[in-house]
Amino acid sequence: MLRPLHPVQPGTRTVLGIAFFILFVVFWAWITLGGHVNRIFLADPLSMLKDGWRLLTEDRFWLDILITIWRVFGGFALASIVAVPIGIAMGAWKPVEAFLEPFVSFARYLPASAFIPLLILWAGIGEFEKLLVIFVGSVFQIILIVAVKVGATRRDLVEAAYTLGATDNGIVKRVIMPANAPEIAETLRLVLGWAWTYVIVAELIGSSSGIGYMIINSQSRLATGQIIFGIIVIGLIGLLSDFAFKALNRWLFPWSLA
Amino acid sequence: MSKLLIEGVSRTFAGVRGGQPVQALQPVDLAVAANDFITILGPSGCGKSTLLRIVAGLEAPSTGRVLLDGKAVTRPGPDRGMVFQSYTLFPWLTVAENIGFGLREQGRPERERNEIVASYVDLVGLKGFENHWPKQLSGGMQQRTAIARALANDPAILLLDEPFGALDNQTRGLMQELLLGIWERRKKTVLFVTHDIEEAIFMASRVIVMSARPGRIKSDVPVDLPHPRHYTLKTSPEFSELKAQLTEDIRIEAMRTAQTQPA
Repeated sequence: MLRPLHPVQPGTRTVLGIAFFILFVVFWAWITLGGHVNRIFLADPLSMLKDGWRLLTEDRFWLDILITIWRVFGGFALASIVAVPIGIAMGAWKPVEAFLEPFVSFARYLPASAFIPLLILWAGIGEFEKLLVIFVGSVFQIILIVAVKVGATRRDLVEAAYTLGATDNGIVKRVIMPANAPEIAETLRLVLGWAWTYVIVAELIGSSSGIGYMIINSQSRLATGQIIFGIIVIGLIGLLSDFAFKALNRWLFPWSLA
Repeated sequence: MSKLLIEGVSRTFAGVRGGQPVQALQPVDLAVAANDFITILGPSGCGKSTLLRIVAGLEAPSTGRVLLDGKAVTRPGPDRGMVFQSYTLFPWLTVAENIGFGLREQGRPERERNEIVASYVDLVGLKGFENHWPKQLSGGMQQRTAIARALANDPAILLLDEPFGALDNQTRGLMQELLLGIWERRKKTVLFVTHDIEEAIFMASRVIVMSARPGRIKSDVPVDLPHPRHYTLKTSPEFSELKAQLTEDIRIEAMRTAQTQPA
């Protein structure tokens, strides 16, 4: 029945995808409600939902959600504005690449979370520090991926443009940039996913608001239902922003899918 | 005076990993008259594409020089339109925008651009497809657009590097007629590289046969078949005679290539 690489029907695909979620929740309910694990360490699905509802209705948790979203997109936007032009410049002009690539490659491996104490010293524990964590975590990644994509621009398109009378400037603006725009957008979508990880780390330390703060706060009260609810909310928002980003790319670059 | 002059042009590539340098092209001399249709015929790897790319300015010759209308070629420019074997339409631009790309790069006003583009859309028979993306077109339509794009600049010479090499036989035949028809009506100096003997004879007023690598000009065969040419010409006795002669020439070179080069 299972033939390698054989495609699956779209209907079957949806059913299978949902089936795993159901199985997962059933297993979770079985080990918690069935008393197989200690309630203190893992809340059951029902009390998780109850905790979540209380968080939203009584503890104004939606304000934390909003502030976390703002931090992610703010930091991510800052990083994109700085990184995309640098990445394009590195990909297009080899001396720029030779100048910056070694440093960026090194900086990429510096863990953003390890910068938090330093960033707190420099920028305090306000919003700007949170944005900086996301920024540090994303900016080098974006620069490097964009530079690689731009560097791999199809040479035959560049040559064709030259034979049509394009100047060096025209090549960058009207060949290299449009040719790579969908891939750059795809890169940003990918890195936005990582930015969600950095924001939670930023909120675990020196913060008094946000989803991460709620989670670390719940830990001290052993409110595992709240923690799990917070994690699920992050997952859902991540999924939604990913869908939105994909839809935006499809709308912006119809030619790449036609 | 010749439209295009190729004087002692050769090309040697540096050796890979300290190996011996490879000569792709022995010094070549060629004079092309205005409005001539020249095909350059040779076995694969004989350096014919390299020669064309040097004329285009995409590669620099190791020795010699190329003169177009008396001016030395140093870099690519809109006076030498080029059609590549691979599909090189800009995928983010529509058919009309692709054809108008060169005009836009030269800052021609939009009204004028639109008129020129419309006339070339007509010329290559793509009316109704102006707003399609390249991905929505067949290979033949993409190459027709590429020809229109190169011609829209009104270049002094049109360079084609096996433009129909990736097309199926039927489409290739139709494309040959289309391009030849355009040339018969509009007159243009054309340099057309191919490894297809029939194509080389059918299109050309003069066939340049190149030897196996390192390439040099082996023979220069005028084709005095009458214009306008029709596909039935390919089965005429005169055509067959030329084909037999060139087949013999090329066969020797192809065998030499097979013996001297690893697979």
